[in-house]
Amino acid sequence: MSAIERFDLVIVGAGPAGMAAADTASQQGLKVLMLDEQIRPGGQIYRSIGHTPIQDRSVLGPDYYAGEKLLAGLNQASLERLQGATVWEVREDNTLCFSVGGESRRVGFDKLLLATGAQERPAPFPGWTLPGVMTCGAAQILLKTSSMVPNGPLVIAGSGPLFLLIACQLLRAGVEIEALIETIPRANYRVALPELAGALRGWRYLIKGAKMLAEIRRYKVPFYKGVDQIRAEADSEGNLSEVIVQHGQEQQRIPCRTLLSHQGVIPNTQLGRAIGLEHSWDEVQLCWKPVLSEQGVSSHPDILVAGDSAGIGGAVVAEIQGQLVADAAARSLGKAGMPEPQRAGLKQQLSQQLAIRPFLDKLYRPAEAFIRPVDETVVCRCEEITAGEIRGLVELGCSGPNQTKAFCRSGMGACQGRQCGTTVSALLAEVQEKPIPDVGYYNIRMPIKPLTLGELASLNSYTEQRD
Amino acid sequence: MAVDSSYKRVSHQPAGTVQLMVEGQMIEAIAGESVAAAVLQTGIRQTRTTPVSEAGRAPYCMMGVCFECLMEIDGVPNTQACMTEVREGMVVNIQRGSRSVSGESV
Ligand code: FES
Repeated sequence: MSAIERFDLVIVGAGPAGMAAADTASQQGLKVLMLDEQIRPGGQIYRSIGHTPIQDRSVLGPDYYAGEKLLAGLNQASLERLQGATVWEVREDNTLCFSVGGESRRVGFDKLLLATGAQERPAPFPGWTLPGVMTCGAAQILLKTSSMVPNGPLVIAGSGPLFLLIACQLLRAGVEIEALIETIPRANYRVALPELAGALRGWRYLIKGAKMLAEIRRYKVPFYKGVDQIRAEADSEGNLSEVIVQHGQEQQRIPCRTLLSHQGVIPNTQLGRAIGLEHSWDEVQLCWKPVLSEQGVSSHPDILVAGDSAGIGGAVVAEIQGQLVADAAARSLGKAGMPEPQRAGLKQQLSQQLAIRPFLDKLYRPAEAFIRPVDETVVCRCEEITAGEIRGLVELGCSGPNQTKAFCRSGMGACQGRQCGTTVSALLAEVQEKPIPDVGYYNIRMPIKPLTLGELASLNSYTEQRD
Repeated sequence: MAVDSSYKRVSHQPAGTVQLMVEGQMIEAIAGESVAAAVLQTGIRQTRTTPVSEAGRAPYCMMGVCFECLMEIDGVPNTQACMTEVREGMVVNIQRGSRSVSGESV
């Protein structure tokens, strides 16, 4: 047995799920290590919580500051926490390697909790690679971490709660918005309507949505609805200069310097995939999720998943799941766990918080144009492969995403398919007229982030010295 | 700050700033923010050019998943600017083109 340090529980990710889990687990007396990639804890939703340079609390709103309670819990919890730490390999002997500050370390775990959150759904359209095009999430991060807002003219396009929220937050910060372009297909309203009754249990979310729409209306921002397609155009220097909005037969050109786009979020499954956990396709949320037991246990008995990385539920759901999964982990390691009534209460809250999801998932299901983009669209940003090229590969005998890597290098760039994986699977499925699960997803290999030689070398010296 | 920048600050705590060199120009950043955020308020619109077509690119996700923000930071190419915290005296440069600069990473 080597002298590698062991932990009862290693938590990857310091968003709401990870923070809540860390607090619960340390209260249960587990020896916990928390590893988070970002500079500060909070995940994306509570990014820079406790440190945001934004002074006017009304700009980000009360839902953001709800993270202060989690941060306080995390700060008083007894555990080891490393920020700026990237896990790049999980081994079969229940050890994992991570790098922090240019050096690598290896630790052991009894249980590993993946709380890696969500990423914005890659939703390509022509011109989305141009400098000046960013995601709504990116603009929100700039606001939270740096109190930075886009210099106009600004256009925001897409759909989903974050699309409305960032618009409101920027308006409150004094930003002028040239146009809001909503891409919800009209049919979605009809499909979502039957879910409304169930969604009433989550009425607070519905009211929040209505309030945001009213707020946007008050600022009199031009609001385009039911837009089918957008296209970003460049100036002579290759930077974004305008967005073209396709509205049935009509086209409109809107000059802009920044275009923020958003089509919902999907679980960040990169680490779970690299470990080889089983995943399944969710046809309603249009994303891959890890296959989990009710206790959040993945296809690997010692690896648990909670929060948005387990399936999109939002911040409050993530927080509850984090507590429940950490509690289950503590009990499986011989601890008493939380009192039964507390656990039952959390489960009840969880089902109430999830009641809104079927409605939201159906209402905000992205328009076809963003799932299976037109041929000219770059889908693999790293290797610059277009949708047309991917479609054309089927005729050459390429039937699955892993073959496209060999055919055209899609998914082989620095992002390792994070930005093209879902689109490539959807395109291959479309051409072959197969369901997406039959086509599958890229195999993801360790290390899941490019490593420097220095990081690898430091690991070798570390293991030699410890083994 | 350059008038032509893509982003501007709306409020600013006076405490905790650091100076860094971006493309040969000294700029001020808020301690604890990312290099990508600091660069976006300089007027630089393209933070790298691609190896394949040498098209200009800029930070896209700001959360570490798109790898569009790769820059040369303190001499190390292919560094994610959105995941790197600004530090006093840091030297940041645009990453230009070819894959060959990735010699350092594996
Ligand atoms: S901006 Fe996407 S990884 Fe840095």
